[in-house]
Order: sequence, then C-alpha cells, then structure tokens
Amino acid sequence: MNSEPAFFETPPQTVAVGQPLSRVDGRAKVTGAAKYSAEFNHLPGLVHAVIKTSDVAKGRVTGFDSSAAQREPGVLAIFTHQNLPKPVLTGETKEGKEAIGPSIQMTFMPLQSDQVFYAGQPVAIVVADTLEHAQHAAAKLRVTVTPEAPVASYQDAKAQLFNPGGKPDADAEGTKRRGKAAAAFAAAPAQVTATYTHATNHHNPMEPSATIAHWEAADRLTVYDATQGVSWQQRALSGFLGLPMEQVRVITKYLGGGFGCKGPIWPHSVLTALTAKAVGRPVKLVLTRPQMFTSVGHREDQEQTLRLGATKEGKLLALLHEKTSTTSQWDDYAETNSKFMGMLYQCPNFEAITKLAKANVMTPTWMRAPGEAPGSFALESSLDDLAYQLGIDPIQIRLLNHADKDPSTGQPWSSKSLKQCYQRGAALFGWSKRNPKNGLTRDGKYLVGWGMATATYPVNNSQGNARVRLYADGHAVVQVAATDLGTGTYTVITQVAADCLGIAPDKVRFELGDSVLPTTNISGGSMGAGTFSSSVYTASQDLWQKLTKMAVVDAKSPLFKAKPTEVEVVKGRLQLKANPGKGEDFAALMKRGNLTDLEGFGQGHYGAGYESAQARPAANSKSDDAGKEDHSGHAMHSFGAHFCEVRVDPELGTVRVTKWVSVVAGGRILNPKTARSQVIGGATMGIGAALMEQAVRDPHLARYTNPNLADYHVPVNADIPDMTVEFIDEHDPYINALGVKGIGEIAIVGTAAAVGNAIFHATGRRLRDLPITPDKVLAAMRQPV
Amino acid sequence: MNDFSYTQAATAKEATGRLKDQPQAAYIAGGTTLLDLMKAGLAEPPLLVDITRLPFKGIEQTKNGLRIGALENMNAVGEHPLVVQQYPAVSQSLLLAASPQLRNMASIGGNILQRTRCGYFRDAAFPCNKRVPGSGCPALTGDNHNLAILGVSDACIANAYPGDLSVALAAFDAVLTLENAKGKERQVPVTEFYLLPGTTPQKENVLEAGELIVAVTIPTAAHAQRSTYLKVRERASYAYALASAAVGLDVQGGTIRSARVALGGVGAQPWRSREAEQVLTGAPATEATFKAAATAALQGARPREHNAYKVELAQNTLVRALQQVAGA
Ligand SMILES: Cc1cc2nc3c(=O)[nH]c(=O)nc-3n(C[C@H](O)[C@H](O)[C@H](O)COP(=O)(O)OP(=O)(O)OC[C@H]3O[C@@H](n4cnc5c(N)ncnc54)[C@H](O)[C@@H]3O)c2cc1C
Ligand code: SF4
Repeated sequence: MNSEPAFFETPPQTVAVGQPLSRVDGRAKVTGAAKYSAEFNHLPGLVHAVIKTSDVAKGRVTGFDSSAAQREPGVLAIFTHQNLPKPVLTGETKEGKEAIGPSIQMTFMPLQSDQVFYAGQPVAIVVADTLEHAQHAAAKLRVTVTPEAPVASYQDAKAQLFNPGGKPDADAEGTKRRGKAAAAFAAAPAQVTATYTHATNHHNPMEPSATIAHWEAADRLTVYDATQGVSWQQRALSGFLGLPMEQVRVITKYLGGGFGCKGPIWPHSVLTALTAKAVGRPVKLVLTRPQMFTSVGHREDQEQTLRLGATKEGKLLALLHEKTSTTSQWDDYAETNSKFMGMLYQCPNFEAITKLAKANVMTPTWMRAPGEAPGSFALESSLDDLAYQLGIDPIQIRLLNHADKDPSTGQPWSSKSLKQCYQRGAALFGWSKRNPKNGLTRDGKYLVGWGMATATYPVNNSQGNARVRLYADGHAVVQVAATDLGTGTYTVITQVAADCLGIAPDKVRFELGDSVLPTTNISGGSMGAGTFSSSVYTASQDLWQKLTKMAVVDAKSPLFKAKPTEVEVVKGRLQLKANPGKGEDFAALMKRGNLTDLEGFGQGHYGAGYESAQARPAANSKSDDAGKEDHSGHAMHSFGAHFCEVRVDPELGTVRVTKWVSVVAGGRILNPKTARSQVIGGATMGIGAALMEQAVRDPHLARYTNPNLADYHVPVNADIPDMTVEFIDEHDPYINALGVKGIGEIAIVGTAAAVGNAIFHATGRRLRDLPITPDKVLAAMRQPV
Repeated sequence: MNDFSYTQAATAKEATGRLKDQPQAAYIAGGTTLLDLMKAGLAEPPLLVDITRLPFKGIEQTKNGLRIGALENMNAVGEHPLVVQQYPAVSQSLLLAASPQLRNMASIGGNILQRTRCGYFRDAAFPCNKRVPGSGCPALTGDNHNLAILGVSDACIANAYPGDLSVALAAFDAVLTLENAKGKERQVPVTEFYLLPGTTPQKENVLEAGELIVAVTIPTAAHAQRSTYLKVRERASYAYALASAAVGLDVQGGTIRSARVALGGVGAQPWRSREAEQVLTGAPATEATFKAAATAALQGARPREHNAYKVELAQNTLVRALQQVAGA
C-alpha cells in the first residue's frame, strides 16, 4: 500500500474549473444538431404509438369499440388490457420493486386490468405508421368506462386521512420527534401558529417525455428515452422486462429539462417497450402536453400547519409541523418536508407528523427540492411572522437561531457559510435601508416590500463510475453514463476532466447519456455534478497511477527508480515532488512505451464523507432517504439566502417581483456561468410557485381543468427582473474530491417565502396559500392589518 | 385531428361558395384559434377554406370612422399610427394580448371569433353545455376561477369571448361589416354581435352560416381618443385577462361630457356597461363618480365560489382605468 500514491494528497489543480466556459453543447443545440430522445427517427421501420387515456378518474373499462379505429389507414395494432403482453415484473410486488430498483415511483402499472384509478390513466395504445394516423385512430377508438365517484384530493369530503408511519413501503415519513415539542410550545412566551397550502404543481419541462423502443434482437432492447438517469432506467427496464441489465441499453444524449419528473421510471416507457415487442418494430411514443400532467408525477397539493414557540428574544424553543397531502391509491408518497424543518435552525424540541389521503390521482413525485421547497415556504414565513411579532430584523432572528451543528443529528457541518450568505446578500440588496415597519413604502399606486429567506439543500449521497482515456496525442475521451438536463453537465465535466488530465477543455470529449458507458447515478437530488466530477477525478488518478508506475520502471524515464509516492502530476507532467525539474510529460512517456492511449477507471462518491467512503461505499439510494447516512461524521448541506422586492397593487391584487438577489454557498463552483443559470432558473421556478403555478383538479371529477401551458402559468420574461446571483467561495474537504455541492435545487428553496415575506412587508398582510394570485391579495387587503 | 382538405379562396364569393357547398367547412385565417380546437378534437371541419388572400385588408379613415380590414393582423393594427392616436384603448387591447408570435399570425376577424378558455369546454372528456348542449355545466360547482359573472346563465358561465379586442370595440361603438353567401353586406354593431348564453350557450353570435367578417369600423369620437385599456392578470404578460376595462372619457372643465365603458374577463360576452356610462355622463370626473360607475357596472353580477373576487376586481379595474384616462 505504501508505494501507492495517496488519493487527494494534493487538491486538484484548477485551470478550467471555475471559469465561465460557455456551453460545449451550445452550438449543437442552437443549430439543431443535438438529438433529443424523440429525434432518433433513423431506425428502420419506426412506427408511432399514441396512448389513449381515461376520461374519468375512477371506474371500470366495460367495452371497446375499435371498429372505426381499425379501419383507419396505417393502423398496425390496438392494444388494451385484454391483449397487451404483460411485463415480467411490476412494482406491485416486492420482487419487482427490488429488480426495478430505486427509480420505481408509481408501483401501479396501467393496462393490466379493467380498473381505472385516475383521469389520464392509459386505457389503450394505438400503433400506426405515422403519428397522425395513430392520433386519428386513437380519436376514433371508443373506450367505455363505467364511472364511479372519485376522491379528488385530501380536501375531498370523502377523503380518509392516515399517518403512513411504520408502513414498510411508505415513501413518506410518519412521525418524527425530538424533545418535548408540545409542552415546550405551550410554555413558550412567543408563539406563531399558521396553516399554509400549496397547489398541485407540475414540472413541465420544455421537452415532453418521449420513448423510442427498439428491439435489436428478441432479447436485446435499445431505448431512446427522455430520462434523467440512463443507468437507473436501464435497471428499471431490465426489471420490468425480465432481461439481464446488459441486454438493455438506454440512450439520452440531450434532455430538455426534467426537474425530477424524468427521474423515475413511468408506465409510458415500459408500455412503449412492450408495444414494440408486440408489433416487432421500433416504436416511438411522445407524450402530449396534457398527458404530461397525468403521466410523470407532480408536486402534491398539501397543507402544512406549523407552530413555532420562542423566547421573547426570538430563540426557538419548539417547532411542530403537521403536513397533510394527497397521494395515489397505491403509494404512500409525500415530499419529506420534515427533514428541512428539523435541521434548518437550532431548536431543542421538534415534532413532525405526516398525514396522507388516497385520492384518484397518479402517484406524486420528486419535483425540484421535494419537501424543502414547500417546507421552506411554511417555516420561513412563520419565522418572518415571529420576527415582526418580536420586532427583530428578519436576518437577525435567523442569525439568533443559526444551527452551528445539524440539530437533527448533532453532527458538525462539513462546511456552512450561511452567515456569509446573509451578509453578502444584505449588502448586495441594500437591506440596511429597509424600513422595519411594514405597509409603509409606497411608489405611486404600489406598495413596495422587501423580504428574505434562508435556503438549504442536503448533499444526498450517491456514487458512480467514470472512465477516462488519455491519448498520447494530447486528446482525451471521458465517459460517464450521466445525463445533462440542459443544466451544463457536458460543460462542467469537460472542465473537470481537462484539469484532472492537465489538458485544455477543447482537447476533451465528454460522452454521456448512454448506459453502455460507466454506470452512475441519476442527475437528480442535486447529485450530478458532485458524483460525476469525483468519479472523473478518481478515474484520472487511476490513470496517473498507471503512468507513474510505468515511469518508475522505465529506464529511459527521468523518474526511473523513483518511489511512486515521490511523484506528483502537474498539468500532465509527471515529476518529483522534491525536485519538480526532474520529470516528463505524459506524452513522452506513453510514446516511448508504444501506447497510443491509456485508460483510467474510477468510482466517485458524493456526500458520503469522502475519505471514509472509500472504505465503505455509499448506498446507491433514493434521494429521499439519503443524505443523513454520512460516513465522515459530518452533516452536509449547501446553504443560501434570497432577497426579494415586490410591488403590490393593493386595488388590483397583482404582485410583481422587481428586485432579486440570491447568494449561495454550494462548495466549489465548477462554472460560474452555468451555476448562475441554475440559480436564476430555480428562483424563477420558485417565483412561479409563489405567484401563479397551480394545476386545478375538478373537485367532483378529479380531472385537471388546465393541463396546458396557456392556462397553467409559469413565469414569462416580464415577470422576472434582472437577478443578482453570487456564490460564497467554499472549500469543503468532506463532500467529494472537488468539494462540489449540488446547486440544482437550492435556488428554489425559500424563494416562495422570500416573495411572501416581501408581500407581508409591503402590505402588512400574510398570504399563506400558494399561489398568491390577485383574488387572494384582494381578499387579504380587505382584512384589517 | 381528422382528415381535412384545404383550399385557398381568392374572392369572398369563392369563399362563401365553398361553405355553401360544404356547410361543415371552416374558414381559416391565422389559424391560432382554429388549429387548437382541431387538435383538441373540438372542431372537425372536413375542409379548410383559407381566406388570407381575400382583400379584407387596409386600415383607413372613412367618413364613418376608421375602417380596419378583418384580415389585418393584430400587431399591424395595434401598432398603426392612426389606431395608436385615435383609439389608444384599441391599440392597447391588441398589444397586451397573446404573444408577439401569435399577434403576427392572428387576424382581427379571427380574434373576434375566438372561443372561450373554459377548461371544461376545451376538454371533450368533460360535460359542457356549450360543446354538447344538455350535457351539463361542471363549471357551476367546479373550477370557475376565470369565468364570467355578468350575463351568465344557469346553463353556462363562460366568458364566451375571453380576449381583449372586442372589449375595446364594444366600448367604442365599433360596427362589423359582414358579407353572406349572396354577396350581401350588413352592418352589425359589436355590442349586438355576441349573444348571451341563456339556454343556448352553443350559439355565441349572430353570424350566419358561411357569413364572413369583412371589416370593423370604429367611429371617430373624443372619448375614443382619450381612452385606455387596462388588463389585469397574475402573470405580467401572455395571459388572458382576469378582468379588464376599456374606457374613454371626454372631459371638459372637469365634467364628463361623454363616456364609454366596457369590461373584459367578467362578462359572458364583451361587457358594455351603459349603466356605468350613465353614471359618468354629466358628472364631475372624480373618484367618487368613478366608484359609483363601477358599482353600477357590477350591479347584476352573479358570482360563484371561485370567481366572486371578480366583482371587486372589475370595479377596481374600472376605477383605475377611469382615473388613468381622466389623468387623476
Ligand atoms: C396561447 C394563446 C394566447 C392568447 N391570448 C390572447 C389574449 O390575451 N387576448 C386576446 O384577445 N386573444 C388571445 N388569444 C387569441 C388570439 O387572439 C386568437 O387566436 C386570434 O386572434 C385568432 O385569429 P386567427 O386569424 O388566428 O383566427 P383563426 O384561428 O384562423 O380563426 C378563428 C375562427 O374565426 C373564423 N374566422 C376567421 N376569420 C374570419 C372572417 N374574416 N370571417 C368569418 N370567420 C372568420 C374561423 O373560421 C375560425 O372559426 C390567444 C391565443 C392563444 C393561442
Ligand atoms: S361554463 Fe359554459 S363553456 Fe364552461 S363548462 Fe359550463 S357550459 Fe361549458
């Protein structure tokens, strides 16, 4: 062991890392050369599938009339639960769940029986030679469903609430306790009790989900799928179809956003594979925008009641959280808001209870910062209330309750620069000029208000592999079965690889999005950059070890007979640490050894307490239950702060965000340009949740009334001011090789609260129901302050 | 979408002739309303008659006012100097609508004939009296947040016209020129063009089968020149109005000589409020007058669970618009 060069002895040298490199895939995207999953049209004999969905939310399929549809030109097949071949396993069994792996989210698989559980559930698949033929035939196909009265949500009078705690398969937490929260609250001199609601939100990435399934042989499947994780999808499909993983290949070269909804496996991907097998041709299926509301999960509608007890000085004594939300008939899923509640501030007494109601909806799923995003709206609004109640500045009350250790585990933080985020954010925003009283700043007709909120997101643990191949001519190919959601993975990992290999970024080709490449985790849970960069780093170390070993036994090398531990690599040059003049370039060494190229392979960990993780690999776990199983004895989180100015029109009820500052401490920032885009994207999404996003289900029919982008509103340019984003320079030695924390999700956390707090400052009214639309503002303005 | 054929008509006669031969056929101008309906399976014309080559163009001053060809696009009209100067409310109603891309495609005639955004109407999986007479109206007890409170019936509470332009047209006494299959023209004021839902919500306007909108003429008037269109929505752009107001005032020496008021987003049709105008006319241009006018305008409102806010919102929108025009 002694002769091995030690890992992480020297921090990686950064030349390209940290630079605002423009996207390496930018040109391919703007010229249309980038191929998205639905664009692999070259496959011989490719045909098109269209899913026919149920109009009603509950009932039984009692008949089909396919006579008209069958007569339509180009129709190849019509599948229903009566004739579609069944998957080998489904998520409904324990065995199936295990085989399918962590990407199973909805255990129910449609088209297995005549039962209808939610509006939009697939009830038939039509396959035709062209998309138009398939659509038309699907429209002609008549499916009779005998309807029954559905349950629309947890608010439905028919809904039955239950605590999912203790159920072995529950994806939601039941009850969490620390200290004696109820008693502490009752005795607390200052109290805030409030209830918050959050509308159903849909991810709505620009690119709809799409799958092309191509059986290259009877037992070998290639799938072009819009997924956030090709390795996960590969495992899931192999589970459903009963194939060895090696016989399933999943390709996702480019992804037009996901926000979580392309993380899990959903029925449409499996159904496409089954359909392709049945018709014996490659089959393409693209979900329509309305189908995107009922096929790939959503953020569940939810209600949170929060009770804060504090001293007169504003120090938290008790925090009690109760969440009620809607889930599907089969899965006890709820975002775990309580994780966030329990760790953000120092508070000795804590209790969180989750309640669910089963309704006629599909299973909800992870949506950008699941739990943290709605949870932060409740906690950061109530803390704001407490600050006003006690006459303390909102930043002061947060500093007063700053958690120096993770209150939920007692562990020290691997790094935490939250105080600097507050400080820098306040300076950039001009917070010191804030009027401590609310409702006093006017600009013509408008009431102007300022609000801020804390953001945090855990470092969920994950692991993955990478391969680097360095050519003697100075080029390199680097491979990870990662996906780039459009966030910049291609670019930042190119930068990482360039520095690890001591070459320029334009000499690196980074390949991703294919399950034949080294297996890795999904791009989700803000795990991508940390996992992929550390795997590339370890793969490069592996390569340098091989080259070092070559050099010290090569009589012609200046390093001949040196001990490998005495050798270091600086910008591609192997040299003696003690005498850097003595050494040589990798190219010279490789050429002498008749090597055109050499490969290194590595496994990287993220958030497992990096050094100790080498001894004990992290579980390849789902983001929701990961995060706390840390092996270095540290709690790991990124932190940040948002500052917002709004102008509220008190007579018309409109709210416009007019100024925005986000400061994030997310470990090493690989590329400030793509990182800034992540943060403005997250904050924009949060502003959407705060002010306009809501999918409406009819209360009697449990069917969405606005499943399109004309009626489901997301912010447009005019809603978003020029945002100021800064990062706090952080070096975190525990997280992973490069000290990278994820930044994909943190920017949405606290955003809605910052908006709501600004509205409170502007109007003196607290709005607790998202989205805060003009009707709610008007109603609030009618209330006395 | 169903199979359909497509043809271009060079003259009005040719176009109306096509529809006479095939009554299920539809005219298509910009297609921004029609294609959406076809894709959703709500319109299934076997034939599309493209009318964009018809000579319904031009924006010109006539003795009756400004005449705008029905095939001019929304941006061209909204940005036209004559419209901007003489009918600011009309210009704003166009430029605050939809998106630049849509406005470049969308015609004035098509705009006037756009259909409701009621989510139940737009999804054939739901019952809807307007789409399938007699099937019921789930919006009455369901998602009615965006729907109308004035002129509604127990059969339908949709804002049959959800857009903006016709609200301004209704306010300023615009008149549509229509041409039927016999080549006969008739003039119909915008205020008489749309029909209230009553028990027949499927019948939305007085257009006869195959009849074409040729042009719209807006009379010149002092109250049109001093006018504004105020549109309220939770998103800053690219959204239909929750409530809107097209107002024009002729104020002399502090007294309102003449007034025009129409509301959008709240009526089963573009909602001209003669009640409000009556309050305004001859009264001092003060906030008290404006508030009294707003109260009068919403007198007959029939709000439901989720759109009750529109009473106050429409009143406040109207007051604000009047203040803006009065320069208060
Ligand atoms: C996403 C979205 C947002 C929108 N937002 C707004 C908004 O904020 N405000 C607003 O006002 N509008 C809005 N619209 C509606 C838009 O203004 C209309 O779709 C457009 O004006 C229709 O014009 P067109 O030429 O495309 O009509 P088409 O789709 O071509 O035709 C519409 C209908 O009118 C008939 N027709 C067209 N021209 C004539 C004619 N001359 N004579 C007789 N019949 C005719 C057609 O047969 C068809 O039935 C929006 C539309 C979309 C899709
Ligand atoms: S309001 Fe009118 S359009 Fe909407 S569902 Fe009822 S009948 Fe149909």
